Amino acid sequence: MERFTRLDALACPLGLANVDTDQLIPARFMSRPRSEGYGRFLLHDLRFGPEGQSLGFPLDAARHAGASAIVARRNFGTGSSREAAVYALWDYGIRCVIAPSFGDIFASNAVKNGLLPAQVSPDDAEAILGGLETAELPRLVVDLETQRIEAGGRSFGFSIDAVRRLQLLNGWDDLDLTRRHAEEIVAFRTRRLAEAPWVMPG
Amino acid sequence: MEQARTLFDKVWDSHVIVTREDGESLLWVDRHFVHEGSHHAFRQVDTRNLPVAEPRLTFGIADHYVPTRNRPAIADPEIAGMVERLSGNAARHGFRLFGLEDPDQGIVHVVGPEQGLTLPGLLVVCGDSHTSTHGALGAYAFGIGASEVAHVLMTQTLWQRKPKRMRIRINGTLPPGLSAKDLALQVIRTIGADGARGHALEYAGDAISALSMEGRLTLCNMSIEAGARCAMVAPDAVTFAYLRGRPMAPQGAAFEQACTAWQGLASDPGAVFDREIALDAGSIAPLVTWGVSPEDALPIDAHVPDPAAEADPARAGYLQQALDYMGLRAGMPLEQVAVDRVFIGSCTNARIEDLRAAAAILKGRKAAVPGLVSPGSSRVKAQAEREGLDRIFREAGLEWADSGCSMCVGMNGDLVAAGERCASTTNRNFRGRQGKDARTHLMSPAMVAAAAVTGRLTDLRKLARG
Repeated sequence: MERFTRLDALACPLGLANVDTDQLIPARFMSRPRSEGYGRFLLHDLRFGPEGQSLGFPLDAARHAGASAIVARRNFGTGSSREAAVYALWDYGIRCVIAPSFGDIFASNAVKNGLLPAQVSPDDAEAILGGLETAELPRLVVDLETQRIEAGGRSFGFSIDAVRRLQLLNGWDDLDLTRRHAEEIVAFRTRRLAEAPWVMPG
Repeated sequence: MEQARTLFDKVWDSHVIVTREDGESLLWVDRHFVHEGSHHAFRQVDTRNLPVAEPRLTFGIADHYVPTRNRPAIADPEIAGMVERLSGNAARHGFRLFGLEDPDQGIVHVVGPEQGLTLPGLLVVCGDSHTSTHGALGAYAFGIGASEVAHVLMTQTLWQRKPKRMRIRINGTLPPGLSAKDLALQVIRTIGADGARGHALEYAGDAISALSMEGRLTLCNMSIEAGARCAMVAPDAVTFAYLRGRPMAPQGAAFEQACTAWQGLASDPGAVFDREIALDAGSIAPLVTWGVSPEDALPIDAHVPDPAAEADPARAGYLQQALDYMGLRAGMPLEQVAVDRVFIGSCTNARIEDLRAAAAILKGRKAAVPGLVSPGSSRVKAQAEREGLDRIFREAGLEWADSGCSMCVGMNGDLVAAGERCASTTNRNFRGRQGKDARTHLMSPAMVAAAAVTGRLTDLRKLARG
């Protein structure tokens, strides 16, 4: 997994609340193999009309071309557990989403792919959104080491679960951590099936 | 003295293999359900060239992409490929598959409980957010992403941080004609679509005790729409009666032994929750959604919200965008909203009780709009046909189809056309959920049946008989 330490990049403000994973990637694209890249499916139906024409969505504004961060309102990534939502963000080039709250499953999926879900207060989200709209260049810096965001000449703190922060900083893979506990897993299994025999279906 | 524990605490504690200093715990997984959409995870497993750790605790179910008409043929090669890939993975890794032609096939969150695979006190995961459903039996059940699915396939374990505990007490008696779906929408509109985020939810109170298992499954199913990590109901006599004799549940003496253990799972008196909320079932009216989030729900006798009446500009903007997408006029009575079609199905509301409730409204009546009825499982379908419910739906003019996720998520090609408005028993009214530019109104099966009869959103109580 790629490490996340510091991001100095263009950011796209999305003044939307409840951006669900069905919007991040509509279901009809999810049978495609990842090898084709999922970036072009990101927020597809908000961005493109029936003939594939641009609907003028902020992500496609010249001003936000090459953005690596997204700033949104509350409950980003709510809904379906589809990790393809993270694939679409990642393949598009997004490395960090800043919002006042995230869907739990989305936040977990994000970290497992190296994408930072940075949680800020609702007021700070509004300030960052406003700053990006008015700035000459919609740029910000996200530092995971110090848990600070620099945007529009101001500095904001953000929160992330301590373990997830370390995983991102170090690029740790869960499976490697799990393997260290192989013996404990075997012992647990034996005990579990003895104490609750009905766990093994007939 | 031992500390008082909640239902969730007890199930959590019995699954912890190890807890790291940083607070993350490695948990044992008792049941892992996979479906056609799990192909990303199997690819990760194949990349590492590892076997499935516990094939006997792994179950494959073809539901997300399966056709609901003209089975077993699958016209679309891309969709056929998805279904075949699951069959291939099941054969290769040696786990039980509830495939397209299996008489026990159905939607994973209907089949798990129905087969007796989901049991109290188990830890259940699936790469689907509506896995929260299984908590109705007192299981700790939650949806996971593809990386986690791959991890469970390879290790039968999962790293988790213990969520906070939240209890929602619902007392009082639901008014006649109302159901668990109305309770669920009431919870979500009260606490918001992220109101239970980071929390393990427990439902308690006499309105919950009075719910059937089908109703509890609906309520726990929709809890993810309030952002809950999982939702649970303590196992009781209703649970045990539901499970007794299920094909894959323990049988005979083993079942009695299990029931004794399960009785101890209920939250101890004095157990502390991080949050407590109380609701009154008696004061709820039939609910429908008007917007693009399940929290956008209102009683059927209410009016569509007016952005102009909203002081907060961000909220006003949200309302306006939602109304634009939904094609609704600010302030119009909800009962004047005309629908183009109806859908009765999904892991939320396609169990036998749901079909009975819809059929009770439709019996002897004609639907004013077209609609599709897709039972929650092939067993539910057979049961409904034994009861003659299929005839009621057909005679009303609705299409009676096979079981799958169908028009709830549209992956199999069952879609609501762009611009069309659908009264739906499903769980998500997100933009484009039922098809590109489709407009979804969520409500109970009886409310969908009422909308079918009149062709607009309708208070089912106006059509209820005696």
